[in-house]
Amino acid sequence: MSETSSIGIVAPQIAHFTEPLPLKSGEVLPQYDLVYETYGTLNADKSNAVMICHALSGHHHVAGKYAETDKHAGWWDNMIGPGKPLDTNRFFVIGLNNLGGCHGSTGPSSIHPETGKPWGSAFPVLTVEDWVTSQARLADYLGIHQLAAIVGGSLGGMQALQWTISYPERVRHALVIAAAPNLTAQNIAFNEVARQAIITDPEFHGGDYYAHKVVPRRGLRIARMLGHITYLSDDAMGAKFGRKLREGEIKYSFDVEFEMESYLRYQGDKFAGEFDANTYLRMTRALDYFDPALAHGGDLSRALAPAQADFLVVSFTSDWRFSPARSREIVKALLDNELSVSYAEVTAAHGHDAFLMQDAHYHAILRNYLKKIKLGGQA
Amino acid sequence: MSNSSIKFVDAAKSRHDFALIAKWIKPGAKVLDLGCGDGTLLGYLRDTLQVRGYGVEKDDANWLASMSNGVDVIQMDLEAGLSGFEAKSFDVVILSQTLQAVLNTEGIVQEMLRVGHEAIVTFPNFGYWRHRFQLIAGQMPVSKNLPYQWYDTPNVHLCTIKDFDEFCIQHRIEVMERMVLTDQQPIHMMPNLRGSLAMYHLKPAE
Repeated sequence: MSETSSIGIVAPQIAHFTEPLPLKSGEVLPQYDLVYETYGTLNADKSNAVMICHALSGHHHVAGKYAETDKHAGWWDNMIGPGKPLDTNRFFVIGLNNLGGCHGSTGPSSIHPETGKPWGSAFPVLTVEDWVTSQARLADYLGIHQLAAIVGGSLGGMQALQWTISYPERVRHALVIAAAPNLTAQNIAFNEVARQAIITDPEFHGGDYYAHKVVPRRGLRIARMLGHITYLSDDAMGAKFGRKLREGEIKYSFDVEFEMESYLRYQGDKFAGEFDANTYLRMTRALDYFDPALAHGGDLSRALAPAQADFLVVSFTSDWRFSPARSREIVKALLDNELSVSYAEVTAAHGHDAFLMQDAHYHAILRNYLKKIKLGGQA
Repeated sequence: MSNSSIKFVDAAKSRHDFALIAKWIKPGAKVLDLGCGDGTLLGYLRDTLQVRGYGVEKDDANWLASMSNGVDVIQMDLEAGLSGFEAKSFDVVILSQTLQAVLNTEGIVQEMLRVGHEAIVTFPNFGYWRHRFQLIAGQMPVSKNLPYQWYDTPNVHLCTIKDFDEFCIQHRIEVMERMVLTDQQPIHMMPNLRGSLAMYHLKPAE
């Protein structure tokens, strides 16, 4: 086995698109930017490209660091790099920030070209289908007709699935991880509480808070705290925090006393300081709306009838937000269409977040699957 | 022939029962292999008969081996049934030397015949004379096909050929073909006494 190491220093790039993007909502995005990063080298016949779709709060900085002194590497650095499961010695990996995001791609906090002010509430509501269309345009821009693989976890897994429906001939393999064919009512409910926390924050100003030079921090913070509870399992939380007290004794106050509270507040504060509330609203809405079976009378098998890709579907036993049962629905639809599919149910304690964790068996699954992907001419 | 083909054909050489299973399967058939282990049987059937199909495997290491061997494999517990598979969506469903380790034996055989047009079931014959002799000598049988001690065996539903024949009659299952082997050789006379491995080709009775 080759040495594993980080991809090293990386830099984001921006692609500008002037062709208007018609959206599922009926609105049209006249022009837009997509910020992206690439790792590895595109081979001669351009057959080794892998695109990474990000989840709710993800972005284009998937692997590597911007500077040696960076405290953290990209969000999936444990998976992607030289000798890692998604081996950049073999594959040309593309990470991007989705439209509506707040990390450099056109989104609600971007400047509207006509008004010279941030889009704010005027920024359209996007869907997974819209994202996939824009991702395909990014592939065009990079001169790539067909992806060796589309890869995503959670909301990213939904995009990977949508790719196989929207562009069946443009994707050879789809790695759909910790995903679902649509959200359950309970999941929509969590999203709605998160959105209400943001929308009812006095500093939200109907989504046009930029002009007031404020951000709905409190709402965003609560939204993130709620999210974090649901991404972990009860067992994982119990193992990590239990009923541990920060200062070893009860204080009869409403300050931070339990370690659990300290963790949630830290995560909430960190997120509220760096994420855009309007983006959060739109990302959760895209989750809510995703339902490829809807146009086929609820029949997911019919929805996936156009798909031609080979699939790897992975779920995690303790994931109660995107449970194994939901992944099995996807698998059943793929089996009904007699597509090539392998399905792994990984025993993991970390809940939904397990898809980002470094687990030997999980990584072996991706490593061995990706190894089997045949590539054409080398660079 | 690819490396993987050579590998599967080689691996199957030591498994005479695989070649016999292959005789009951039509080229190009759609096959589901329950408890597929490392995928050798499916890989062999794919490379020799161009069958299409999937394996089902619960164990992590076996699942990984199957997938790495290029076999499509679904990780699930057979005890939960085959609800993820449509009725009559496979030509043949195989349960190779796993029947004796299944808790819900009736359920899984019925599920096999729901999902498949035909089924192939193989199991170690508990009525084999060596097993009977060991019992008469006062000990639980241990043999090539039953390599476990009583305290560590995964086998919970051992049966004889006579038992399984009765099971098929009671459950309205037609035995299309039956093969009995000992040391890879077919046994025709007194198979329930002389046979160590039983192989059945089944379909629902008309």
